[in-house]
Amino acid sequence: MTGQGLNPGGGPGHPRAAGSGRGGTAAVPGRAAIRVGGFSGVWRPRLVGMTLVGVALVVLVAAVNIGRGDFPISIGDVLAALVGGGDRAQRFIVLELRLPRTLTGVLVGAALGLAGALTQSVTRNPLASPDLLGVTAGASATAVTVIALGGGSGAAVGVLASFGVPLAALLGGLLAAAVVYGLAYRRGVVGDRMVLVGVGVNAVAVGITSWLLVVANINQAAQATVWLTGSLNASGWAQVVPVGVALAVLVPTALLLAFGLGALQLGDDTASALGLRVNRSRVALGLVGMTLAAVAAACAGPIGFVALVVPQVCLRMVRSASPPLLTSAVYGALLTVAADLIARTALPRELPVGIITAVLGTPYLLYLLSRRNRGVTI
Amino acid sequence: MTEQRPAAERPEVRLRASELRLGYGDSIVIDGLDVDVLDGTVTAVIGPNGCGKSTLLRALARLLPARHGEVLLDGKRIDRYPSREVARMLGVLPQTPVAPDGLTVADLVARGRHPHQTWYRQWSGDDETAVAEALRWTGMSEFAERTVDTLSGGQRQRVWISMALAQGTEILLLDEPTTFLDLAHQVDVLDLVERLHREMRRTVVMVLHDLNLAARYAGRLIAMRDGRIVADGRPEEVLTTELLRTVFELDAQVITDPVAGTPLVVPVGRRHRGAAPTTTAAAQRA
Repeated sequence: MTGQGLNPGGGPGHPRAAGSGRGGTAAVPGRAAIRVGGFSGVWRPRLVGMTLVGVALVVLVAAVNIGRGDFPISIGDVLAALVGGGDRAQRFIVLELRLPRTLTGVLVGAALGLAGALTQSVTRNPLASPDLLGVTAGASATAVTVIALGGGSGAAVGVLASFGVPLAALLGGLLAAAVVYGLAYRRGVVGDRMVLVGVGVNAVAVGITSWLLVVANINQAAQATVWLTGSLNASGWAQVVPVGVALAVLVPTALLLAFGLGALQLGDDTASALGLRVNRSRVALGLVGMTLAAVAAACAGPIGFVALVVPQVCLRMVRSASPPLLTSAVYGALLTVAADLIARTALPRELPVGIITAVLGTPYLLYLLSRRNRGVTI
Repeated sequence: MTEQRPAAERPEVRLRASELRLGYGDSIVIDGLDVDVLDGTVTAVIGPNGCGKSTLLRALARLLPARHGEVLLDGKRIDRYPSREVARMLGVLPQTPVAPDGLTVADLVARGRHPHQTWYRQWSGDDETAVAEALRWTGMSEFAERTVDTLSGGQRQRVWISMALAQGTEILLLDEPTTFLDLAHQVDVLDLVERLHREMRRTVVMVLHDLNLAARYAGRLIAMRDGRIVADGRPEEVLTTELLRTVFELDAQVITDPVAGTPLVVPVGRRHRGAAPTTTAAAQRA
């Protein structure tokens, strides 16, 4: 064994190991290569398979969700209408009336799943989802502020409130993210410190929200409470477009930045030693995640537990060491749309989707926490 | 171990620190330190706890910025290089590296290739060859698909060395690579380091606690105390009874290691004070 293949700076065509007894490629078990032109990556069948299964399930559940209602449409007809077939009435119902709601669910769920995967990976802490880091609570506090003040200052805010609440929620979420980063930053951002600061910011925002609900008049308080449980009820194309645009920008950004994630998870020193600009990388990835969560909250209110639970489910499903980003987005969409379907149809009266995700998510979270055969690190 | 190498095309001094001042927060740990690391040598930094040896290593690895002075890598200030370029020249194994649960050995070693990769080229033929070789070289090929958390401490350290090896750097800085290992595994890891040096001509700087192992495996010892270099030279020059007394406040005899011929430190301790035979280290070696 001479180890010539390890000679420093080995560029293309550097010598293969002499005396290794293998003439062919030096295969590494569990890391089959996929190489097309200049692109190369590791072929992970389980990851790809699970993600594709997730996509298929999202399409199926979305079609079922679109089909259910006062005027039932079969799954086949829904799918036909989506690709331009079916009759006029069906196309109108599917595309104009029902698709926006389901599509909002898909996009918001994907944003939440990806947001959680990013923040959990960056902090190396499975509890570090945007819901627990104060982003969602920050969005809620400003949204409820607008709703509560809407009553006090007269009819003029009626128009403003229609786009004022989402915008306020977005700004509130981003503000909370900025505060968390600002307070957690001390010669770099350390994961655990960010979680502690996030929990504090979360508590403050929740406190403000509770106070507003107490002082607001009964109508505004009721309206705010509906918003606070997270709902896809009022979703139209006006909700789809902004979240769609946000995802179109943020998802590719996240996937590009994620190149450094593998190194980042080995700790700051090792990541620096591997040539990663640790702080820059961590701040950028975390901000993308928190922005995604703020966009989701602005669009559909604080839908809980998707960002917390889905990445943890996905990493166990694909047996990876850290939450898989795209897979988490896909299953985030699945959980949200499935929760919407249950919220709309399985119960005697329609419930906001946030209640269903919380009811589905909480037992799973407790199960995760009680299970000790896998460490709580990410 | 101090084999003569033909005059290389590169400058003899790979790493040089001059007038280095280092610290954390308000405390200064090292002030005004100069040191050179020559190409193709194995250097061990020794000293009592808190003497600043790990701090020095972190500065040489550009993990800790200098307050004053500079660290030069091949004659150029290390903080002027792009960090990926440094990572292709100089590998670092921190004291207690962490791997996420569930990460496989192969995946961890492959992360050593990060400085050679881009987001669209994450598993090139070169990457694969280097990782396969690094696994084979450290004897970890058969564990490739095991997760790191299921391995023993000694195996785990082999995996980390394997990762640093896959990085393909000519210089390796190891911060206490034998911590938490039993003696057999300490020897095992240091044998690996010795082969890195001898067979692959790596330049190695490591912080070590065990003086006898340091004397065996390093061609040069740097002894530090209170942020200063107190002695610097070949093991037999550095490990003397006087130095052990001044640097470590240790009453000890130094004899010749019957296996390696290097100095062997035999601590006296309170229990045997006065009972020790009178032969001095100097007499033994004479």
